Amino acid sequence: MEISAIEKNLLAQVADLHEVPEGAYNIRANGQMAGRNTTANIDIVTKTDKPGIDIRIKKGTKKESVHIPVVLSEAGLKETVYNDFFVGEGADVVIIAGCGIHNCGEQASEHSGIHRFFVEKDAKVKYVEKHYGEGDGNGERLMHPTTEIFLGEGAVLEMDTVQIKGIDSTNRVTRAELKAGASLTIREKIMTHGKQSATTDFVVDMNGDDSHVNLVSRSVARDESKQLFVSKIVGNAKCTGHSECDAIIMDSAVVSARPELTAANIDAELIHEAAIGKIAGEQLVKLMTLGLTTQEAEEQIINGFLK
Amino acid sequence: MLELKDICFTPADSEAGASKEILKNINLTIDERFVAITGPNGSGKSTLAKIIAGIIQPSSGQILFDGVDITDFSITERANAGISFAFQQPVRFKGLTVKDLLSIAAGKEVNVTEICNYLSEVGLCARDYVNRELNSSLSGGELKRIEIAMILARKTKLSIFDEPEAGIDLWSFQNLIRVFEKMYQEINGSIMIISHQERILDIADRIILLEAGEIKMSGSRDDVMPLLMGAGTCSTLLDKM
Repeated sequence: MEISAIEKNLLAQVADLHEVPEGAYNIRANGQMAGRNTTANIDIVTKTDKPGIDIRIKKGTKKESVHIPVVLSEAGLKETVYNDFFVGEGADVVIIAGCGIHNCGEQASEHSGIHRFFVEKDAKVKYVEKHYGEGDGNGERLMHPTTEIFLGEGAVLEMDTVQIKGIDSTNRVTRAELKAGASLTIREKIMTHGKQSATTDFVVDMNGDDSHVNLVSRSVARDESKQLFVSKIVGNAKCTGHSECDAIIMDSAVVSARPELTAANIDAELIHEAAIGKIAGEQLVKLMTLGLTTQEAEEQIINGFLK
Repeated sequence: MLELKDICFTPADSEAGASKEILKNINLTIDERFVAITGPNGSGKSTLAKIIAGIIQPSSGQILFDGVDITDFSITERANAGISFAFQQPVRFKGLTVKDLLSIAAGKEVNVTEICNYLSEVGLCARDYVNRELNSSLSGGELKRIEIAMILARKTKLSIFDEPEAGIDLWSFQNLIRVFEKMYQEINGSIMIISHQERILDIADRIILLEAGEIKMSGSRDDVMPLLMGAGTCSTLLDKM
């Protein structure tokens, strides 16, 4: 299947892909497979019961990567895709997913990606996810990513998720269960404009001793956009958990943070930090004394904050 | 180079009848290369510096910079006209790194060699700091030195430092003096320092003593220092030395 210029641009935005990627990949464009490559250690198989793929990474696979970008350039397309990742014991891999929507039409385009990660003992995964929307039509661009993470003993998953532009409405759900010694880090960056709305909803259960979670969310809400940050961390064992929600509000935007910590074990140590506010006046003044205009100063502060 | 004419400042939120005039008819012409402003706490020193940098608008009066009336210039316009201002309490930025801020200060992307030069001037090793964010992980003293490095990177005609010694330990203080001495030799512009430190006053071409919003004394180091040290004009100041 041919990839158009619009789709190429979307791929560059969501997966930093300019050419065919190295290693294993699966490119989904407008609901169809547009390219796939497997390697000796990484197999990708189309699901037979529902849309989506199974990605199987062999035990001990090291320094390999998987790209699974999705692009939508036809208005009115709605899809729900189920992708399951099975990461074998001791593997160490990078997974890059992303979704780009280009909507020039009148109808809404919607992509719901349900990603499940089954990470076996001592395996290590770096998961990078980017969401991006563009197009000058009135059709809404909707994205609802769900991520479910199951970490085996000593498994490590680091997730970087970014949504900077163009998504009208998003409901981002993340669920995780951690066994003994497992470690989960999630770094989320969100910027909303106009009348956009974004909800992020984390639930993490730490079920094994010495498990650890760190959730860090940084967001900027401009214009009349709305954001809701919900995080629930449950410590059922001797574990450490930290979540942090830092938001800058501008114009008439609204941001809510709703953290919840449950310690169900005497040795569970859980911390939450939340800070919401406008850009500090002294930060603007400092950058202006270095020669920037108010607007340039705001841009620098926001770019740095979301970097 | 810098001329202040009848500068007065009364905060806008002062209650009627209880208005507190912070600065009273300040008239000052500065052409010297190194000027120190000293005086007790609350004498109006920081307010004067902020008025020059454009952060505070004077209630009345006029400011000329190289003959140009900059009274109505914004902070940005004054910065671009050649005025730099190092804050007494440096600002923290989540996400912006030392490199980002030095680049903004220099007005261009600075390379590793340049960063190394600026940071080593203030006693920091570039390797440890270049990618550090200016967040709460840095100590007050570290931030203060980075604040000074930003002014070095700007290379402007007038560099104002508001109590650069505050929060800097004794060892670093020796180096701080060297920074200003070197800056004095290398830059073509002028340095204005608000300070209580005798050693800083000692290297100034001119010392201005502010008290209760007025210029109490102004003159060469040789004229002013003996009076400051001896006459008990400013015991608060002496306590700080």
